[in-house]
Amino acid sequence: MKFLCVECDRQMTFEERRLPGDGTLAAAFKCPACGRVVGLLTNPMETQLVASLGVKIGGTTIAAEPLETIRSQVTTGREDAFTESGALKDTERGAGSGGGPHWTGEAEARLARVPTFVRGMVKKIYADYAKDRGIAEITPAMMDAARTELGLEGM
Amino acid sequence: MPLRIRTYHELTEADRSGLGAQVGAQRRRVAERLAPVQRIVAVMSGKGGVGKSFVTAHLARALARAGRRVGALDADLNGPTLARLLAAAGPLAVTGDAVEPVAGADGVRCVSMAHLLEDGKPLAFKGPENDAFIWRGALEAAALRELLSDVAWGALDVLLVDLPPGVARLHELLDLLPAPPDVLTVTIPTVESADAVRRTLHAARERGTRLLGVIENMAGPQFPGDAGDTLAREFAIPLLARIPFNPGDAVWQALGGRL
Repeated sequence: MKFLCVECDRQMTFEERRLPGDGTLAAAFKCPACGRVVGLLTNPMETQLVASLGVKIGGTTIAAEPLETIRSQVTTGREDAFTESGALKDTERGAGSGGGPHWTGEAEARLARVPTFVRGMVKKIYADYAKDRGIAEITPAMMDAARTELGLEGM
Repeated sequence: MPLRIRTYHELTEADRSGLGAQVGAQRRRVAERLAPVQRIVAVMSGKGGVGKSFVTAHLARALARAGRRVGALDADLNGPTLARLLAAAGPLAVTGDAVEPVAGADGVRCVSMAHLLEDGKPLAFKGPENDAFIWRGALEAAALRELLSDVAWGALDVLLVDLPPGVARLHELLDLLPAPPDVLTVTIPTVESADAVRRTLHAARERGTRLLGVIENMAGPQFPGDAGDTLAREFAIPLLARIPFNPGDAVWQALGGRL
């Protein structure tokens, strides 16, 4: 999928993606010549079709987690499917484990609401996102930013 | 003045989304994960209820008892039974970039959707249900891809892939694998089974797979017919085994010896 600024005859470049609600996926593309920005909006079915392919519009900066599509899309997953699943361990609270980022109480509470089928994977994705960007503390705002930036529509 | 619209391939500047490249990376991940697997054998049938999973499980165990390193992937995502047949109970351990298969009976390494789904619940996905016919097939293919690429199958002599009835999942498997797998075909003796299995044998051959032969399961007076012989003759492939109800270990050992 590419976007052409017909007036400038230039290929537009990906700028950012957002999840504005109601299942919409929004991706913005900008003309490098004139600066015009256009938005691609997908309806919920189209958003789901993109997710079904296991690809991310705008690309991604972190490697896919094992069984990422299954874990993010299946709604009937068993709670004890994975040994990594489950609530945060005491050693993983507060200051973080192994020198990892610190999870605020609000971020922990939000993570605890994620189904255990997918929680371990989601936790690792947010931790990797923070680590890659030198972020010391994981907050709900950082989780929102990661979700948008990484294309975690299903999580 | 008409607009000047170029083609997709005429636009050669950096494409950050790189959807094609992402799909290519998915394929490479499958190929890399399966590189240590010496042989992949798909167990298929055009007909349901002929005992594909039963044959897969017992063949896997016979091969393992003969000293082979065996994996068994349950590709029947909506009716998974292979894990129970192999006594391979979860949970699955996530280690780094992969999930470890569960060691079942006789050490067969198994992964099944049964490891992932709540007991008694169907495979259900998020997404707008009114349009599910558009995206569900893509999601099931993605799930199959991940069961191939995201499981630490390790070095295996053979990976058996237990397919659901019909031919759709075989096509998905063929699209995902770097090379066509060998194919074992299971039928029961009846003419109805021959009719259904014949179609999938044609499809498998047309896609370039090597047909290893036919296994006639549930042989005996309960199901009259000669589907095994008929299909073997039509496709010039061997009838590898005629398996009665309640077969003993010797039957599976003999079948394993023919692969």
